[in-house]
Amino acid sequence: MNSREITTQISKAADFLNLKKWDYGASFSNDYSVQVDKGEAKQLKASQKQILTLRVWNESNLVGITTTSDISESGIKKALNQANIASDFGNKNERTEFSPLAKDPIEVKDEKKRNPLGIKKLLTLLREAEVKLLESHESIKSVPYNGLTESFYERVYANSDGAFRSYTKSQAALYLYARAEEKNKKPRSSGSVKLGYGVEDIDIESCIKDASNKTISHLNYSSIKTDKYLICFSPDSFLTIINAFSSMFNARSILDGVSLSNKNSIGEKLSTEALNIYDDGLHEKNISSSPFDGEGTPTKRLCIINRGRIENFIHSESTARIFKTIPTGHAGLGSKVSVSPDWIVVEKSEENSDLKTTLDHSTYEGEFVYIEELNAIHAGVRASQGSFSLPFDGWLYKNGIKISIESATVAGDIKYLLKNIVNIESSQEVTTSGISPHIWVDKLSITGDE
Amino acid sequence: MLSSQIKSNEIIFGSCNKDLLEEIIFYGMGLGADFVEIFIENTDNSSVLAEEDFITSVSPSFGKGAGIRIFKDKKDGFVSTNDLTKHGLMRSVSQAIEMLDITDNKKREVFNGLDKFRDYSLSKKKWINEVPTIHEISEKLLVSTKSLKKNNKIITRKGSYSRNLQEVIIASSDGTYASDIRLHQTVGLNVIASDAQYRSSGSRRFGSSGMPNEFRLWDHEKAADDVFESSMNMLYADYVDAGQMPVVLANKFGGVIFHEACGHLLETTQIERGTTPFENKLNKKIAHESVTAIDEGISEGSFGSLSVDDEGMEPEKSVLIKNGILKKFISDRAGELRTGHKRTGSGRRQNYSFAAASRMRNTYIAKGEHSKEDLINSISDGLYCKSMGGGSVGATGQFNFAVEEGYLIKNGKLTNPVKGATLIGEAKEVMPKISMCGNDLELAPGFCGSISGSVNVTVGQPHIKVDSITVGGR
Repeated sequence: MNSREITTQISKAADFLNLKKWDYGASFSNDYSVQVDKGEAKQLKASQKQILTLRVWNESNLVGITTTSDISESGIKKALNQANIASDFGNKNERTEFSPLAKDPIEVKDEKKRNPLGIKKLLTLLREAEVKLLESHESIKSVPYNGLTESFYERVYANSDGAFRSYTKSQAALYLYARAEEKNKKPRSSGSVKLGYGVEDIDIESCIKDASNKTISHLNYSSIKTDKYLICFSPDSFLTIINAFSSMFNARSILDGVSLSNKNSIGEKLSTEALNIYDDGLHEKNISSSPFDGEGTPTKRLCIINRGRIENFIHSESTARIFKTIPTGHAGLGSKVSVSPDWIVVEKSEENSDLKTTLDHSTYEGEFVYIEELNAIHAGVRASQGSFSLPFDGWLYKNGIKISIESATVAGDIKYLLKNIVNIESSQEVTTSGISPHIWVDKLSITGDE
Repeated sequence: MLSSQIKSNEIIFGSCNKDLLEEIIFYGMGLGADFVEIFIENTDNSSVLAEEDFITSVSPSFGKGAGIRIFKDKKDGFVSTNDLTKHGLMRSVSQAIEMLDITDNKKREVFNGLDKFRDYSLSKKKWINEVPTIHEISEKLLVSTKSLKKNNKIITRKGSYSRNLQEVIIASSDGTYASDIRLHQTVGLNVIASDAQYRSSGSRRFGSSGMPNEFRLWDHEKAADDVFESSMNMLYADYVDAGQMPVVLANKFGGVIFHEACGHLLETTQIERGTTPFENKLNKKIAHESVTAIDEGISEGSFGSLSVDDEGMEPEKSVLIKNGILKKFISDRAGELRTGHKRTGSGRRQNYSFAAASRMRNTYIAKGEHSKEDLINSISDGLYCKSMGGGSVGATGQFNFAVEEGYLIKNGKLTNPVKGATLIGEAKEVMPKISMCGNDLELAPGFCGSISGSVNVTVGQPHIKVDSITVGGR
């Protein structure tokens, strides 16, 4: 069945069960991936997946939900029945409705959809990439984590009120993580990830070069003394921090009592006036962009922090209704609708006179720690408390010399971090999770082995 | 007509699918595969969330799918699909054959048909009718969240329940033919406490496998007391000072460090990648002589137990480390093929869309002879990690773990609670520093995410003392 036929099938089955109000989200995907090990194919993988999430509203307007991979006629009937039963336990205190924007026009760009290259071609490309990476430096002995994938998928949202929207996309990813070993030294590892609409859009050479350069740059390593340091966050690591604490801007988290913000936090000053943060799911650089969210609300650019102050929260239909605003296109589709950011864009505002512009990661000659990548986010972030303690990959810059840091964590408090931003560099970089310039923060605690 | 006499063109759970499965395996072997494995599953899951004094989410789900794996020499092709018809399964076999570029269909391995059916599900078919109803679950969760409301500092209360029922059929060209039903239930409680600028949280999770009545027997009052006490103890805690120090790790979930930092390095997938420092250490000392570590899938009711693994092998009890000496690796079919280490009944996957890999089951450090007090009394200045949060292990073996509830040890006594601690180290350096093991081994359930998805596991240990480790703080 295609998505139109599924909608018709659901409509018929719902009529039969006398269910007048329903909606659904579905995704259909075909994925292909390869992994190699020293020139040999290791695992080749293909998967065909379909997932349907159905919501129904009962006579008391309470919502029930079911998710299934069985999109047959009988599977759809069973799902509607189960959702109907679940609706008896629907949340009476926070009712869910259709998004008022579920029928608003959306911009669907299909022109970047690519055709599959096929497993054999993927394998050839990955083999070549592995060889080049191994040959790039004598200390690189293996590429233990590698993969080249291409995915083709369709996402659909429809409801009993006549809303229907869908889009199809393709996406490809290449990741190469090398392991370097030198005599009497610990093994070091680093890598690179590149995304594209298709494999042909991925700059494979640059992925190899990045993985090699990063890995080699960590060969000369040393432990770091536990102390407070001036920190330069790479664009990737700063976006990681912002995403980890996005509950500060998340209306769902605020209502659930797990956010540092509250309903009255709009306008609260969090940082230097030089900081602007947007969520921009439709940004042209966002390979994974979706024109609508789980409730069918169109995705849009939203200012979250304007000149250091909270400007907007991200919303689903129900949180928007409670906050007396409109949905922002950040909802999932669940029994309890989740809310999450799409694609964070960090910018320097025009009000930037308080910044120390001499702090530039490529020219500054004083002592600082450069944090390239933060790890173990799930373990080291306490979003509800605002604290973090995270291992990282990075370097200590001292007297013009750059030394990789052997093993260390950076710890602090998100509000302290935002308040102590001392520079936002001018040029932005595109990462896999958003766009940001390098961000400098003064006096964060680093724990090392010394 | 008996169901076994029906020749179906689709996999039907509860019926005999032998003819169809054999036909598909013959098809794959005929095309030149060395080995064909079919894994089919049917799931029936549900989860319930209670927040404050209301049920805010009830989420049932069900599904079915198949994962087909073809081996040729030491490489494998894996295809997953939701299409369980004969046509769909054969198409998947063809796709895997094509991916592996098998053009030589000269038979090297022979398929002699499936062996006698091993049905581990016989006594388990009634489970679906024995598990608690949504109504029962909701009532108990609401009572549990109410129990958490012990003072006005508790600002957020949550109780969650999840039940996964998975029926599997496994058939492969070595004759393996088995079926099983797995039931996993978990329940968790979480609170956030707040007072002025102070905030803390507390959480505990409980879980079982194969015990439909277990949720009804769960002592929610005790669990609520434990979570509340933890959040109150940590509410006004100071940040820990960073540094090198001796630590005592509590039993139960304290075992997560061994699981993450050492256990994963003993999986054959790590040998295949060349990312374990223990690859050539079999029968050599890798840990302090006080350390004996076990991985098994047979403890009744434990979260990581199973009657048969996802490759059709009954799980064994594997002594990984005995008195500090490395004795065994955790292995699956691909691991045995590529590394030579015999399978241990550890081929596991989250669901049909993942190929099985060598994964831990119930993994723990065996009990020693000391009391918890012996361990703490032996430290003049250190840290007691009563409750561990999550953690991670890097590509070169460094690990880091958050301490959820910690206390300073001064002159052999527990003193002030401290927050913000992270334990940082490397397995091969820390294992020799585990100098004392307590006599109070206990296990705790958890979920382990790795190459073949998220699987149910148990971690565990008695209280243990690590002579020196880096503690991250402020």
